[in-house]
Amino acid sequence: MHKSHVREPRVHLVKRDGLPWWKAWLIRIVAVVLALIVCGIITLLVTGKNPISVYATMVDGCFGTARRTWNLFQNLAILLCISLAVTPAFRMRFWNTGAEGQVLMGCLATAACMILLGGRLSQGALFAVMIVTSIVTSAIWAVIPAIFRAKWNTNETLFTLMMNYIAIQIVSYFTYVWSVPKGSGQIGLINSATQAGWMPSIGGHDYLINIIIVAVLTVVIYIYLRNTKHGYEISVVGESQSTARYIGISVPKVIIRTLLLSGAICGIAGLLIVSGTDHTLTRSMVGGRGFTAIMVSWMAKFNPMSMVLTSFIIVFLQKGASEISTIYGLNSSFSDILTGIIIFFIIGCEFFINYRIRINAKGEKE
Amino acid sequence: MWIAFLQRAVMQGIPLLYGSTGEIITERSGNLNLGIPGIMYVGGICGVIGAFFYESSAAVIRPLPAILIPLLCSLVGSLLMGLIYSFLTVTLRANQNVTGLALTTFGTGIGNFFGGSLIKIAKSDMPSITMTTTSNYFRTALPFAGKLGWFGQLFLSYSFLAYAAVIIAIIVSYFFRHTWTGLHLRAVGENPATADAAGINVNRYKYRATCIGSMIAGLGGLYYVMDYANGVWSNDGFGDRGWLAIALVIFALWRPNFSIFGSIIFGGLFIAYNYVSNIGMSTQELFKMAPYVVTVLVLIFVSVRNKKDSLGPAALGQSYFREER
Repeated sequence: MHKSHVREPRVHLVKRDGLPWWKAWLIRIVAVVLALIVCGIITLLVTGKNPISVYATMVDGCFGTARRTWNLFQNLAILLCISLAVTPAFRMRFWNTGAEGQVLMGCLATAACMILLGGRLSQGALFAVMIVTSIVTSAIWAVIPAIFRAKWNTNETLFTLMMNYIAIQIVSYFTYVWSVPKGSGQIGLINSATQAGWMPSIGGHDYLINIIIVAVLTVVIYIYLRNTKHGYEISVVGESQSTARYIGISVPKVIIRTLLLSGAICGIAGLLIVSGTDHTLTRSMVGGRGFTAIMVSWMAKFNPMSMVLTSFIIVFLQKGASEISTIYGLNSSFSDILTGIIIFFIIGCEFFINYRIRINAKGEKE
Repeated sequence: MWIAFLQRAVMQGIPLLYGSTGEIITERSGNLNLGIPGIMYVGGICGVIGAFFYESSAAVIRPLPAILIPLLCSLVGSLLMGLIYSFLTVTLRANQNVTGLALTTFGTGIGNFFGGSLIKIAKSDMPSITMTTTSNYFRTALPFAGKLGWFGQLFLSYSFLAYAAVIIAIIVSYFFRHTWTGLHLRAVGENPATADAAGINVNRYKYRATCIGSMIAGLGGLYYVMDYANGVWSNDGFGDRGWLAIALVIFALWRPNFSIFGSIIFGGLFIAYNYVSNIGMSTQELFKMAPYVVTVLVLIFVSVRNKKDSLGPAALGQSYFREER
């Protein structure tokens, strides 16, 4: 009567080879719906209002007036731009958590040009200088960790993370140096009289030029990653560094080149934030979007086109939740809670796309 | 002045020590939990919520429940955060960086939201969230500290949570080096496939390490509010300390006994600008970047030297799936 002690586990996971795209999207949509239900319940508990009217408030907060709609698209453009910046690096599994700092350095460079050169150069020349310096500054900030990663395999996640806070303190320093009035630590609107270095408005819309620039950039990055030799090399390095070496790709070169690109796009984001939107410089002006962008990019499976959708979801939630907080007199951090929940669901649902669960009917009964 | 400086440095360092000890346990199992800043917020606010309801409901506030209730609430809150992280990354094999960052967004959101709206939600008539009574119990120092001059001030003037932080760090350090469980845990973080083959339940180790790590880190938040901030919750008051705790993990080369000294150094660097004479506001801001610069230098130094022991667990940041080759 010897019984085998080998137990078969009840649940068995099998990796899927690839799900039809519509099934994958169905799973994702179910996840978002579930997340919205959970968010609705939490909102109900906190505000005591019925969830449908709460969601109506959110839609109103996003699209209620023309100004709100423009605001939404402006925020969408900036978040999308930063997400585009982190994407090429992620595709080669370089975990750049330093977009926050890289964008902030771009902001600093733009603001520096506006403050130091505003009024001394013609508007066209000033813009040329601003574009070049912001892109170069951010690219340098991004490439420092990349060089150490490429040469000595220094952990890039932690390195880029630390660079954020160094950047924040540098910006803090300059907000005191350039503060108006002296010593207040606040810069206020830069060149508010002359508007030197302010992005021009097109057809009376302040933010239209930001939106157009980011739209073009989205298409360019999409093509770059999909249809160019560089994009191909990035994918190979991400898939397997040994394969990359075997087929003659120089891995350090690809890492450094890609991070220069990432940094350059962060520079553009910084330019759009300072020159195209806020016209000032504060240490918190990127506002965590460097981190949110990582989630946006990841949820979109690093596909620039899908990122338009995922960044829309995040921006919608943030604008909507801040409307809820204003109306019900709650703290505006409510949006962070909702964002967190939605992301948990979207991250979690990827499991059901990648794995199949087989339940062994027999189990341990014998 | 030096004694006062060192004492402040230790008090600044304690939350970092809790955060880094928690994160070290977590990272030793191969989980890079970037949610620590959020978890520390949750640990802090849950303690505040517990104290808030106890202070506003109890007729007489007794010392023991006044300490135990916030402590328990804080532990439960951070345990839940640890469970969310473990469920997503271990069971559902989600990307650790993304999950951690989402957890930080979520946790800071919870902290600031309840910190800002607690009074309104609870329909309480308290003017602000100030847990002075609870805080006084938390801050009770050793009775004879005042009589022993500089020695008392430097070594005996802290509250029980501060000593607990040091003791926990020493215990964890011992646990890694001298127990089988500690050895198994390190094996999971170094090479989960080998550990699995040796009969170690990888997922169970990852879950336990992450949850225990979260609870320890959450205590850092509790210490900050109840002791350092005298029981006053202010939104974003905790600041970037969570990230500094993660930096401290690198600085201490993944060893909790090193992070005891590391935390004092970081605490000192964090407040050094107050003690340097004749510098302007702007230069102070440059001083504040010191802990991060030091961390970067350590990171570079250990990777260039390439001594395997000080680079952190080999499988850090990777999900483990048995059937993947």
